Amino acid sequence: MAITLPRDTVVAPAEPARAGERSRALRKLARNPATLLGALVLLVVIGSAVGAPWVAPHDSATQSLIRRFTPPVWASGGSAAHLLGTDQVGRDILSRIVHGARTSLMVGVSAVLVSVVVGVGLGLLSGYLGGHVDTTIMTVVDITLSFPQLLLALAFVAALGPSLLTIIVVLGLTGWERYARVVRAEVLALREKDFVEAARAMGASTSRMIVRHVLPNTFSSIIVLSTLQVAQAILQEAALSFLGVGSGRAYPTWGQMIALGRDFVTVAWWLPTFPGLAILVTVLAINLVGDRLRDALDPRV
Amino acid sequence: MTALVVRRLLRLVVVCVGVSLVAFSILQVSGDPVSLMLPEAPDSDRDVLRQAMGFNDPVVVQFVRFVGNAFRGDFGKSFFHRTPALPLVLERMPTTLTLTVLAMALALAVALPVGIYSAVRRDSVVDHAATAVVFLGQSMPVFWTGIMLILLFAVQWRLLPVSGWNDWSSLVLPTITLGTFSAPLLLRIVRSSMLEVINLDYVRTARAKGLSEWFVICRHALVNAALPLVTVTGLQFGLLLGGAVITETVFAVPGVGRLIVNAIRQLDFPVVQAAVFVLAMIIVLVNFAVDMLYVYLNPQIRVR
Repeated sequence: MAITLPRDTVVAPAEPARAGERSRALRKLARNPATLLGALVLLVVIGSAVGAPWVAPHDSATQSLIRRFTPPVWASGGSAAHLLGTDQVGRDILSRIVHGARTSLMVGVSAVLVSVVVGVGLGLLSGYLGGHVDTTIMTVVDITLSFPQLLLALAFVAALGPSLLTIIVVLGLTGWERYARVVRAEVLALREKDFVEAARAMGASTSRMIVRHVLPNTFSSIIVLSTLQVAQAILQEAALSFLGVGSGRAYPTWGQMIALGRDFVTVAWWLPTFPGLAILVTVLAINLVGDRLRDALDPRV
Repeated sequence: MTALVVRRLLRLVVVCVGVSLVAFSILQVSGDPVSLMLPEAPDSDRDVLRQAMGFNDPVVVQFVRFVGNAFRGDFGKSFFHRTPALPLVLERMPTTLTLTVLAMALALAVALPVGIYSAVRRDSVVDHAATAVVFLGQSMPVFWTGIMLILLFAVQWRLLPVSGWNDWSSLVLPTITLGTFSAPLLLRIVRSSMLEVINLDYVRTARAKGLSEWFVICRHALVNAALPLVTVTGLQFGLLLGGAVITETVFAVPGVGRLIVNAIRQLDFPVVQAAVFVLAMIIVLVNFAVDMLYVYLNPQIRVR
């Protein structure tokens, strides 16, 4: 085996050859067809979310009682104007799905941002400072883990009043413990490394140590975890809106569409099927890309 | 070993207190509970009720009272049903627990053989198929899975009932739904922990001794691979309870999950509090039991 200098040698700065690593990681990603497909799907979803008013064939709220319960275009009675059919008040399903992408992605990404800020911060403190701080934070993690996340989110969103902001904050605050534990484990491993000791010998303060030296080395784990957690957050937002604690009736969300569709599943099978497929495909794509990202960013490979 | 158990017990107590705090804060955070109880009453009446129920006391006092009452099983009266909250939760507990246990049994029954086979015959058709199924399974919202199963088995083929929880046929779809919710992760854990163990030296030794592959797997590899599985199964319990809430709503199963969802829709917070508290306590106890089981199964931990 060739002898290579470990990345964290004192001689090297805290951010060695990252550019080379990144392009290598991207090339690894591109080689797998499943990942490419996943990435493509994600681009479509993000594009729909961003450009919803222009991408969607119809407005998501226009009702038309004449056109209610139109089946998808390939079934008998379907029309090309409504590729995926219409719902119980005649709204175009495809357009509602496209508009729904917005809420799902927005909530997913924002909730993860909240979790990252809280979880990584606490994980860094816990891992680096150790002792009582560590014990306290880990006990808080244990307490959080004692509740089913969905239940906690349900109870607090209902208590605080359902709104987009509440959902984002509550989902973020019920999902941070994974980041805390992962970051803490990484910090504990990094703490013993030479470059940390060298920096401390050079007189770096604790906060500088954490931010400048320890934190950047945890980035790959955080990125991988965040990607996978966005998928989880989307699933949870869908569950919340399915259960009726969603963000309100102003704009369609996939979970809400499934909830409404369920009541009519005996007469209009397409009502709950397609929004669910949208969720499935989006989450699957994120999971595929995230999984490959994990393999690609793994420094040991 | 005793020191370890004592330490874990202490942590258990602290976690219980923390759980109570979180459950307690649900009602606090909801604004003014008195307005929820008496939405039409004039302010003077509401003030009287507030004082009588102790909502004007400092938060710490209220919390201590809450814990004291919780010990005695008193979570207040449901705003909606006007009967004590805890019995409402407890009488529906067996249903939810039955569903959860059945689902977990189903998930294990699928995950164990498939996971072991995938690990032993790596890169086989079964392995790749299993991986694909895992990815798919982890991406499906559990309520959608339930509705699709209803579509197929109840509406299209008319084999099973759409909802309810009466005879054995109505148990099938909810169990399958909840089972597919937890099976993917279990499968991954079984496969990865078997993979880890199967290449270790002692397994090689067993094979070199001439023992049959089957014996090697069951007696040596599996026992050690079971450890992460035990831990994950315990942790999964919490996840499953969350999934049970959704499944019960989809299939109209009269369990605690549906009670919670209805209570939340009606802003009936004493019931929500009681249910969250009870479920969390069950999870805490299950996790503690799993913890102790792990210590028992893994002698290495005791020495540390």
